[in-house]
Amino acid sequence: MCEHFLKRKSPNCWEKPVTDRPAKRMRDMFLQGVLEEMNAATDIFFVTADFGSPVLDNIREQHPDRFLNVGIAEQNLINISTGLALEGFRVFAYAIAPFITMRCLEQTRTNLCVLASVKPLSVCLVGVGAGMSYDVSGPTHQALEDISIMRSLPNMAVFSPADAECSHDLAKHVSRRKGASYVRLDGKALPPIYQANERLDWNRGFNVLRKGTSASLVSTGYMTHKAMETADILTKKNKRISVVDVYSLNHLNAVAFADCIKDAGPVITLEEGFTGRGGLDCLIMNAIKGRTITALGLLPEYRFDIGNRDDLLKLHGLDANTIAEKVLQTAVH
Amino acid sequence: MNKSKSVMCGKLTVKARWLWEQTIRLHGRAPETRLASSLSLVEILTALYYNGYVKSKPAELNWEGRDRVIISKGHGAITLYAILADLGYYPMNELERVGQQGSFLGGIPDPIIPGFETVNGSLGHGLGVGCGMACGLRQKDNTSTSVVVIVGDGELHEGANWEAAMFAGHHRLNNVVCIVDFNKKAMLDNTDKIIGLEPLDAKFSAFGWDTFRVDGHNLAALTDCFERVFKYPRKGPVAIIADTIKGRGVPVMESDPLCHVRTLSKKEIAELLGETRD
Repeated sequence: MCEHFLKRKSPNCWEKPVTDRPAKRMRDMFLQGVLEEMNAATDIFFVTADFGSPVLDNIREQHPDRFLNVGIAEQNLINISTGLALEGFRVFAYAIAPFITMRCLEQTRTNLCVLASVKPLSVCLVGVGAGMSYDVSGPTHQALEDISIMRSLPNMAVFSPADAECSHDLAKHVSRRKGASYVRLDGKALPPIYQANERLDWNRGFNVLRKGTSASLVSTGYMTHKAMETADILTKKNKRISVVDVYSLNHLNAVAFADCIKDAGPVITLEEGFTGRGGLDCLIMNAIKGRTITALGLLPEYRFDIGNRDDLLKLHGLDANTIAEKVLQTAVH
Repeated sequence: MNKSKSVMCGKLTVKARWLWEQTIRLHGRAPETRLASSLSLVEILTALYYNGYVKSKPAELNWEGRDRVIISKGHGAITLYAILADLGYYPMNELERVGQQGSFLGGIPDPIIPGFETVNGSLGHGLGVGCGMACGLRQKDNTSTSVVVIVGDGELHEGANWEAAMFAGHHRLNNVVCIVDFNKKAMLDNTDKIIGLEPLDAKFSAFGWDTFRVDGHNLAALTDCFERVFKYPRKGPVAIIADTIKGRGVPVMESDPLCHVRTLSKKEIAELLGETRD
């Protein structure tokens, strides 16, 4: 299955670091994709819990009849979206990540996941602020549990893109997808990992960004950037590190994944969330049963550290240098 | 009351009595069903369904022109099981299998039952989902269809209802009708001793709803109210506060603040239905 990676037409960004393209916000590219879909079809609604962005202004100006702001009311956000979906509309529901996943979890479970077992629904929950991207806002605004929580729901797809470029394609994918889905978007502008408007196989769920045999870093979202940074550090120490970006967290093709990293050394998962609670580490553990993995992430505790994102990650031992040291402890040759 | 209205109410009275009996029989077959909560709804549902205020095509479940009925207080829905069978959504003998393996009729109704639109019973969801449907109908230019949401008063302690009430008032959702089965009891006590809801009609009015208050066991009053609500254009969302009695017609329930979870014995049921053998 690795041939998929090797035969990719687009150049591999780690070989030719893309420095000429600016950092972008995922939400802008994702919402641009939604806008294009709304321009092309009349059956898409966009509902927000009073959360915006510059591109969202275009959506509400161009499609006022299919844009709703329910106010700061996530429970109603889900319920209104459910009602629209039952009337045959495809719906994007938009709010801050911890609130759209936790404030209204029971609405999501009952009205989207339970109902989707018997009724055709197409609702995509879009949460902005994955991990600690709202760094100085503290624990209320950080999403460290969202992957585990949303992954536990049947009939819920969970997508976690690593950059803005693929987020545009993700919007197109989820808008045409039946069922309920959760898209977790980073709050910060991030440099590109993928080519402009790169199309990913969202049903396969992962992409090998770098191939090596010393160790495999398996990451999602922002931590894929840290994984690439770590791999750069270790390359200088003559280690060849695999980096696998996992972006579909409930629909990973486990067989393809296991096949792809079978000769890629010890596996280290990297997530900007609590470890041991059903997140990426749990997903990978189940995908490659029998193999030992090292799970790097946050201890399950709430902290009030102030600082920028990299300061916070360093406090948790998730800066590239510390990760590199931990990888060296497990890496082979 | 004129003669035709009198005849109509007479027929409704017979139907309501039949539904009351059917509801008790369903409870007898599946004691885990919530009887008291269902009995407060008997006349409301009778006047709603048997006067033609709810447009439906039982043979065409997804008919676009159907009125969307959401019974948010799912615990009180077993009366509706009998109505939907009577209207032809499924054979009457399905009622014999309530609560049994293989039946779609459980203790709390789900949308696997023909005629049910949403997941019910987890309280406080129906009004918001109904408002979303109302927005969808409006977007589709379907102006002849109503969304009728039946909620309980205990359920109104759930805050999501008031998020939806604000939303409906703001957007002037004139295709939404909320019927409150105001039976004054939740699970542990009378609602006025838990968190008082009065003045309930004033609360909805303050949120931008047109409100009606009606005796929820008086078929003539309910019919008059529904006539005014469903047969004339509405300017915004309408709330009908129906004053009811939980466990209506069953003295041991009417007098019991804990009647929500009270199960009647087979002997009590036989006595109520006049089927005792002295």
